[in-house]
Amino acid sequence: MSGVRLDHAGPAQPGDVLIRSAHALDPRAALDAPADLLIRDGEVAELGAPGALEAPDGAELVDGEGLIAVPAFVDPHVHLRTPGREDEEDIDSGTRAAAAGGFCAILAMPNTSPVVDTAPVLQSLRERARAEARIPTGFLAAITRGQRGEELTEMAELADAGAVGFTDDGLPVVRAGVLRQALQYQRLADRVLALHEEDPSLSGAGVMHEGEVSALLGLTGIPSVSESTTIARDAAIARYEGGRIHVQHVSAAESVDAVERAKGDGVRITAEVTPHHLCLSDDSVRSLDANVKMNPPLRSEEDRRALVDALRSGTLDCVATDHAPHAREEKEQPFEVAPMGVTGLETAFAVLHTRLVLPGLVDLPTLVMRMTAGGEAFGLPAPKLAPGCEANVCLIDPEAEWEVGEAGYESRSANCAFAGQRLTGRVRMTVAGGHVAYRERSFAIGAV
Amino acid sequence: MISKDLVSVDDLGRADIERILDRAESFAEVSGREIKKVPTLRGRTIVNLFYEASTRTSSSFELAAKRLSADVVNIKSVGSSVDKGESLKDTVQTLSAYDPAAIVIRSPHAGAAGLVARWSAASVINAGDGKHEHPTQALLDVYTLRRRLGALEGVKIWIVGDVLHSRVARSGVLAFSRMGCSVTVCGPPTLIPRGVEALGCDVRWSLDGIEEANVIYALRMQNERMTGSFVPSLREYAARYQIDGRRLAPGQLLMHPGPVNRGVELAGEVVDSPQALIVQQVESGVVVRMAVLYELLTGGGPDTGSRFARDTAAGEPQPA
Repeated sequence: MSGVRLDHAGPAQPGDVLIRSAHALDPRAALDAPADLLIRDGEVAELGAPGALEAPDGAELVDGEGLIAVPAFVDPHVHLRTPGREDEEDIDSGTRAAAAGGFCAILAMPNTSPVVDTAPVLQSLRERARAEARIPTGFLAAITRGQRGEELTEMAELADAGAVGFTDDGLPVVRAGVLRQALQYQRLADRVLALHEEDPSLSGAGVMHEGEVSALLGLTGIPSVSESTTIARDAAIARYEGGRIHVQHVSAAESVDAVERAKGDGVRITAEVTPHHLCLSDDSVRSLDANVKMNPPLRSEEDRRALVDALRSGTLDCVATDHAPHAREEKEQPFEVAPMGVTGLETAFAVLHTRLVLPGLVDLPTLVMRMTAGGEAFGLPAPKLAPGCEANVCLIDPEAEWEVGEAGYESRSANCAFAGQRLTGRVRMTVAGGHVAYRERSFAIGAV
Repeated sequence: MISKDLVSVDDLGRADIERILDRAESFAEVSGREIKKVPTLRGRTIVNLFYEASTRTSSSFELAAKRLSADVVNIKSVGSSVDKGESLKDTVQTLSAYDPAAIVIRSPHAGAAGLVARWSAASVINAGDGKHEHPTQALLDVYTLRRRLGALEGVKIWIVGDVLHSRVARSGVLAFSRMGCSVTVCGPPTLIPRGVEALGCDVRWSLDGIEEANVIYALRMQNERMTGSFVPSLREYAARYQIDGRRLAPGQLLMHPGPVNRGVELAGEVVDSPQALIVQQVESGVVVRMAVLYELLTGGGPDTGSRFARDTAAGEPQPA
């Protein structure tokens, strides 16, 4: 895929940074040792032994002692709610939240109002991103006009206008024939189709995972097969057409099996998984708190374990937050009427570090791999801590403890599924697209 | 053990249920008198907030509150600010300005009562939240059955019909099994929720074996369920699941939460038979709801952690 580009507002002047004596960790660069890391002119200029590098004139000196420097993360699934619901999130607040979560690039979904289904809408968004985005931001366009699942958008023109990929996310492409046409047309548009996999005839009016908890609560369930059968269908069509698909927010064990089978069959398929599906189960829904309501829903504990295994093995290629901000008054409603979706940019790393890395379920290098791989499916290179590469660095304090929401959120919305939980591991600083995009407020830095 | 609200049967232990039933018995005695009022809640306000049509539940809550001498405000969704798009939270905050002692809420949505309980200092009583729970219905069912049978330990109850859409069934399974009954739910597989065994009941798809039941509890089959293809036709449903004179064995008791669809879930002849407790269930509604209000609102001083935890001997109702 050629010509995939992200947009952001560059700094007035790029600042050079020397991170001294952090533990540098980048599996792609075979890096796992204490080091000095010099960022100059927007690039990783040099890596050296701890204390070996000198800060150039005017560079910030960051004491990295006790911190871990990793390539910053890439989130292929974010709802920036712009245009249309800027009260919930805008490009500035959404990218600020992303930077605070250690992300150096995000991809925004097109289910806005209006839907991003024409080149002018896409171009106006890219312009706004060049003015407002704190970190490089890409935009996906819709597969079908108005996301109605009927006619294809002008995918070739949208690709020329800078669409990073195509998706009807929020909704599945219900008709197999329409998906087939999109996969045929992919030969012209040359962009990945990211698919929200759900069979509405099975999910119906469901609001949570179908199982014991939904039976107890009297809530209509969404069975796992709603997702897994659609993945199997779409993988078969992609195989037939030689197309390339990316499965969004995999939630169920059966779906992991479907992805694994498709990969075994040689289908060009990648898949993402969210921190909330990796760390929470439908047991959380007993609270009837609308902040654990999303689509696909939190599934059973067995499903959750299968997702963790698949993240470790790589059957699930990357982590995506599906950051979905909602206004407070929309979530302060009974569970059945509250909208689907939870925020996740600011908590993704800390949640996965606390729930998966610290208990030994996934090692840190693997987590870093999966959190940086989100752009690869869309033809974006993964960030790398190597001289000459664009500077995309996340500085982490692995021992910092904090409570989610204690100091509010960078996001304009607060509908976080992990609100109030104590986490271990905190992003102290994010360098994205060559410049410092985030510094934790309490994090002391000194200029030389 | 609950402290302030009655949102779910799960909030109640067996002793709590028995305390409420005993209290209801004492109110039943008052109900037999010419003047049925007691002054217990004089000067206190109870709000009935009904977001769904209801006849028997809303009227029995109203009557229960009035017999305890409370002031009652009834709010129905039709014609209220709710119709003007006011959110549940704003409505509750507005009502809180009246400083109600209790808010009784019926909502088409699961968890609504729990939310109101979180937002309000008043005691909140769930009068039905979506398909989730209807705890006072379960309490009056247990009360009715206990009056008839004396003890409930080991009693076999079959709940028959549309369990999927029934808050009565969910609260009923919890309450009956807490009282030592063994509960079986029975109905077409499309109307039995997957995983319902987790409530603590057995599941059957047909009436075969129903002769073992001491009590048959038939659920209302709602006409609107026909549109969703849950059953192919009412005729087929009635043929397989209707309780009629042939299927109701001598000695079995019959219950139903009302209103009955004669000719669908129940044949007319069993509705009117002496084995049916349907009228007694309605009668129990008032005294059981009086007991719930009493236990929640007069249960103890501010230092009592749980209002159900206190000694029942204190504060016997006095005739007015």
